[in-house]
Amino acid sequence: MTVTDQADNCFSKKEILSILSTVKDPEIPVISIQDLGILQNVDVSGQTVRVDIIPTYSGCPAMHTIKTDIKQALGQHGVVDMEVRLLDQPIWTTDMISPKGRAAMQAYGIAPPLSINEKKISCPQCDSTHTTCISEFGSTACKALYRCESCLEPFDYFKCHA
Amino acid sequence: MTNSIDNKALYAYLLRLADSSLTMGQRLAEWCGHGPYLEEDVALTNVSLDMIGHANIFYQMAAELSDEAQTADELAFLRDAHQYRNPIITELPKGDFAFTMMKQYFMDTFNFFLYEGLSQSSHEPLALAAQKALMEVKYHLKRSETWLERLSLSTEEASKRIQKALDDLWFYTPELFETDATMNKLFQQGVIGDYGELKKKWDSHVQAHMNHCELNLPETGWVATGGLEGEHSEHLGYMLAEMQFLQRAYPNSQW
Ligand SMILES: [Zn+2]
Repeated sequence: MTVTDQADNCFSKKEILSILSTVKDPEIPVISIQDLGILQNVDVSGQTVRVDIIPTYSGCPAMHTIKTDIKQALGQHGVVDMEVRLLDQPIWTTDMISPKGRAAMQAYGIAPPLSINEKKISCPQCDSTHTTCISEFGSTACKALYRCESCLEPFDYFKCHA
Repeated sequence: MTNSIDNKALYAYLLRLADSSLTMGQRLAEWCGHGPYLEEDVALTNVSLDMIGHANIFYQMAAELSDEAQTADELAFLRDAHQYRNPIITELPKGDFAFTMMKQYFMDTFNFFLYEGLSQSSHEPLALAAQKALMEVKYHLKRSETWLERLSLSTEEASKRIQKALDDLWFYTPELFETDATMNKLFQQGVIGDYGELKKKWDSHVQAHMNHCELNLPETGWVATGGLEGEHSEHLGYMLAEMQFLQRAYPNSQW
């Protein structure tokens, strides 16, 4: 899509959503903001686009980057008039991560948060459930550090947050 | 009830919440590169980040209520020690790891019951912020609780140090539950919970865990007070001098 295709700079909501699907979590660059569950609303009225997102953790330093990334992605596709709002509700929980997002996380080497019917965290490398927590916090506040006792690989676990 | 909330009282209360979280977060951040081992170094700074995040939310809410067009950054970086309203315990130098974890445990338990109460606040933005913070504090509490157990029931050196931390910190905790006239007003308006109830919950939870960890509560000591009125220990001034240096030396500079 080029700017000239959009001579009047009017976008459909579908087009905006497709642009936003290219915006990834800067800390897990395989998962889109949609699949992470932080993209809440997209409003398109005439040439104005408004995007609402919610924060993951209160102190998450990635929120600022995400806001900038959204503006940049929209800007590159010719959106001029835009607003990105950070809402204080609904409150984000890891249940908002989509199945697609969980699968992408797993393939990337991060164990996704346990779902209700799971009891043990399994190793994203070999699927073994013989795993041990090494530290309650991993490389970022949203992850914990685990070790697989079967293949001995350390891995990040995306903590349940609910 | 909501439309009669006293904005001035709420502003002062939000600063107490924000200042407490910010000073905790700043002291934890001092562990960066100094943690007992790598994973713990990362954990301490992650908790710091959460606490600074909570402070930021409360400062933003306070800034919105302010008559002068203040920003959250101005509230954090341009107020002097006598304008800070945190209890003295949160500004104390980080000490050794036992001291930091004991302080963390006291504050995590306090924040857990505090935010649980504030989740029901008649002031909706505060209720939402508390609900969000509570999810993170639960995790902090689980961690500090475990550390107390680990330190107190392990080597002689560790249990000696954690007992000393308890002795040194215990009489800083009554200040957490102090209230003033503005807070009583907020309580009547349903904005904040009952601090008497909060103290009861905190006491019974802490007592039980201390018994479990075979730690002895000290019987007498000097009881800290004054933070609510802006009377602090000398430590806060030094902390702010470092924390606020950049903003004071280069006014309005941004990341
Ligand atoms: Zn494995």
